[in-house]
Amino acid sequence: MDKTKKRRSEGLEVDRRGALECMIWAGTGVLWALSGGVPKSVGLLGEALAAEASGFTFLQISDSHIGFNKPANPDALGTLREAIAKVKAVKSKPAFMIHTGDITHLSKPDEFDSAAQLIGESGLNVHYVPGEHDFIDEGLGKLYLERYGKGTKGQGWYSFDDHGVHFIGLNNVVDLKAGGLGRLGSDQLAWLADDLKGKANSTPIVVFAHIPLWTVYADWGWGTDDGLQALDMLKRFGSVTVLNGHIHQIVQKVEGNMTFHTARSTAFPQPAPGTAPSPGPMTVPAEQLRSMLGITSVDVRFGNKPLAVTDTTLAG
Amino acid sequence: MTQSYARLIPACGARVSFALLLAMAVFLSASRGHALAADAEIKIANFTFDPPILTMKAGTTVTWVNNDDIPHLVSEKDGKFRSSALDTGDKFSQTFSTAGTVEYFCAIHPHMTGKIVVEP
Repeated sequence: MDKTKKRRSEGLEVDRRGALECMIWAGTGVLWALSGGVPKSVGLLGEALAAEASGFTFLQISDSHIGFNKPANPDALGTLREAIAKVKAVKSKPAFMIHTGDITHLSKPDEFDSAAQLIGESGLNVHYVPGEHDFIDEGLGKLYLERYGKGTKGQGWYSFDDHGVHFIGLNNVVDLKAGGLGRLGSDQLAWLADDLKGKANSTPIVVFAHIPLWTVYADWGWGTDDGLQALDMLKRFGSVTVLNGHIHQIVQKVEGNMTFHTARSTAFPQPAPGTAPSPGPMTVPAEQLRSMLGITSVDVRFGNKPLAVTDTTLAG
Repeated sequence: MTQSYARLIPACGARVSFALLLAMAVFLSASRGHALAADAEIKIANFTFDPPILTMKAGTTVTWVNNDDIPHLVSEKDGKFRSSALDTGDKFSQTFSTAGTVEYFCAIHPHMTGKIVVEP
């Protein structure tokens, strides 16, 4: 924790009951804590975990790219192993984990196998959504759906409820159109409208998908063409949290009752939008890699309290 | 068939492979005794197709080479032809025998688009 760097984002206010109270991005994964009770002040990661023993926590990991072996990270399996070690070290056991896609690099069976075996060591139930790298086998997603599609709709979308929160996992990486961005498609949007029917406005919503549902940077394809249609359906809810991956770096914003976050990769960093000729694996000196895959914690409290972000590097 | 043809060429750098392709094309045309258009290459680098617009004669075989550290997948706009996922250094070839304009994109990164103008 020596190298914890704190960055307080003052002025981002969250004012709603049932909001995500405490969101801790642990290492290359993200720890999310929810509590319907009294807000707590959260300090360093360890204190936060201890304080939340009675709360509800879940983890997010993303973009493990198993099979990637290029200079940006010759050992993507090794860094996923480090991330899973962080997950196992969490003191108050999270309820489950979500993986926001690009589990594999090339959708190969052995890549899926290695990822499943390693992630399985966390001992947590894992809810997956696919990234575009998980849908490039000859069957265009067949291998992913065989593994993770059971009980899902269409091309692997689904919802579930836990601790009073409604979770929605979407697939925005299938049947992409020339010149476009990520895409949900009319079938999935119709399903979403139906899924939300009858849900009370006070139900906290967490929606997760691989490519950001909001436009982070269109020139690099970092957005979803019909994402706004999904977000419009979610506007009536008092608390909506949108979790994505794909861009291998943390970007966040708060807009009305919606909080948007993208998670880091466990495999390799990508450049910040517009700072390089193109997106793609960014090679940094080996000793710096883990500082690009650091720890970030986000703490959202009730009642006009600012949203606080804490970044901690893994280099220490 | 065109795909396996491209893969017969040793993977010793795009420039050398291209030269070999040309040499083989010249050899084939000489041995068959009729004109054969020179083949063409489209490089994939930094999430772009280079050249983005390729103009060539009907009958030309185009080979895409992925020079990025991330896979790409070449697909005609409506899926009329489609490569498999091309990892770094992988190639995909397609012969265009009919005049017209062919629009294609990367089915993994759909903001990447390119065009081939096939002249009679």
